[in-house]
Amino acid sequence: MVKEIESQGFPVVHMCTVVPISMTVGANRIVPTIAIPHPLGDPSLSVEDEKELRRKLVRKALVALETEVDGQTVFEV
Amino acid sequence: MEKIRVVHYINQFYAGIGGEDKADIAPLEYQGAKGPGIGLMQEFKEQADIVATVVCGDSYFGENIDEATGIILEMIKKHNPDVVITGPAFNAGRYGVAAGAVAQAVKYKLGIPTVSGMYEENPGADMFKKFTYMVETKSSAVGMKDALQKMAPLAIRLAKGESIGTSAEEGYMERGIRVNTFMPERGAKRAVDMLMAKLNDQPFETEYPMPVFDRVEPQPAVKDITKARIAIVSSGGPVPKGNPEHIESSSASKYGRYSIEGVMDLDETNGETAHGGYDPCYANEDLDRVIPLDVLREMEAAGEIGSLHNFYYSTVGNGTSVANSKAYAKEIAKFLKEDHVDAVILTST
Repeated sequence: MVKEIESQGFPVVHMCTVVPISMTVGANRIVPTIAIPHPLGDPSLSVEDEKELRRKLVRKALVALETEVDGQTVFEV
Repeated sequence: MEKIRVVHYINQFYAGIGGEDKADIAPLEYQGAKGPGIGLMQEFKEQADIVATVVCGDSYFGENIDEATGIILEMIKKHNPDVVITGPAFNAGRYGVAAGAVAQAVKYKLGIPTVSGMYEENPGADMFKKFTYMVETKSSAVGMKDALQKMAPLAIRLAKGESIGTSAEEGYMERGIRVNTFMPERGAKRAVDMLMAKLNDQPFETEYPMPVFDRVEPQPAVKDITKARIAIVSSGGPVPKGNPEHIESSSASKYGRYSIEGVMDLDETNGETAHGGYDPCYANEDLDRVIPLDVLREMEAAGEIGSLHNFYYSTVGNGTSVANSKAYAKEIAKFLKEDHVDAVILTST
């Protein structure tokens, strides 16, 4: 899906936990996330801290979208 | 003759420990054969014994690849096996990655031959087929018997140190390894024969297949994110509460397009996941953990992004074929174009 949407002209940032899979699939902008069942959250945190964590991840995704890349690039948070 | 010693690696599901609720268990080991290992034992026809079965939860492995591989290698090493078998993983993505990674580590770090098995579209196949003998299986456990019938004899031959033929002859996935061999005809003649066949529209088999690079050029970056319209797409199966379009929990036959107009936050009343490949309790409690709608709405209000496209698109990536995913993405892209979306955040579980 990542590749097909990108090939239609949209920069895509792939937010996922298992980065090697994203590399194999061919995503160009990758932001590693927290865990497979809750990529953008962490139930062990308080509601506020969890939201702050999510904000950080999404801000990194926006940075990825604003960054020119020549090939597959992982944007670590 | 002494029996060949085999260690078998499987996931928590095939070990009978549990499904997604147990996918976070750390590596552990059992004596003897377990689950599909019992079928392997039958195929060994008394020539080999599974001395131990090593098990790890698929999510645990996926989230701690290096650490889990290290622990598993230690467990395997002390049984002093002649060959190690991993899987078959069919089309289970995380299991395929684990089975491939363990096979590679055993082969390269312990120097013990390995056999793995999975469906060709399993991401673990592309990642690891170069590093182990990987038998192609069907996409689901319906193909168990067939998979074990191919994997068991290959493992025995490897353990005995027999020479293994080419991938085409033996039925494992191509590893990209070239081996010198004598041909009855010299190269120039073979090349001209191929050319003649090609000119006459006759079938011929190349001796040097070109690798397929299925890559997409990165699109240019967004110039100004504070003016950009962002859309959310996910393969983690997020859906409105009740899954109105009945997206299947695996091998999804469709995708959903769901309005989020006026929705500022997701919770247990308005969202859940349809995905059957991970423990759904965290997503069902707060779907923002899969698609970060709440923070994107805040960022939209604060002007950190231009706007959020008022629909999200979702399918279940679990066992869904590449061809279907591609078709869904093509249709999704049309909707995105119509609404002048600038960039996409795609989340996966």
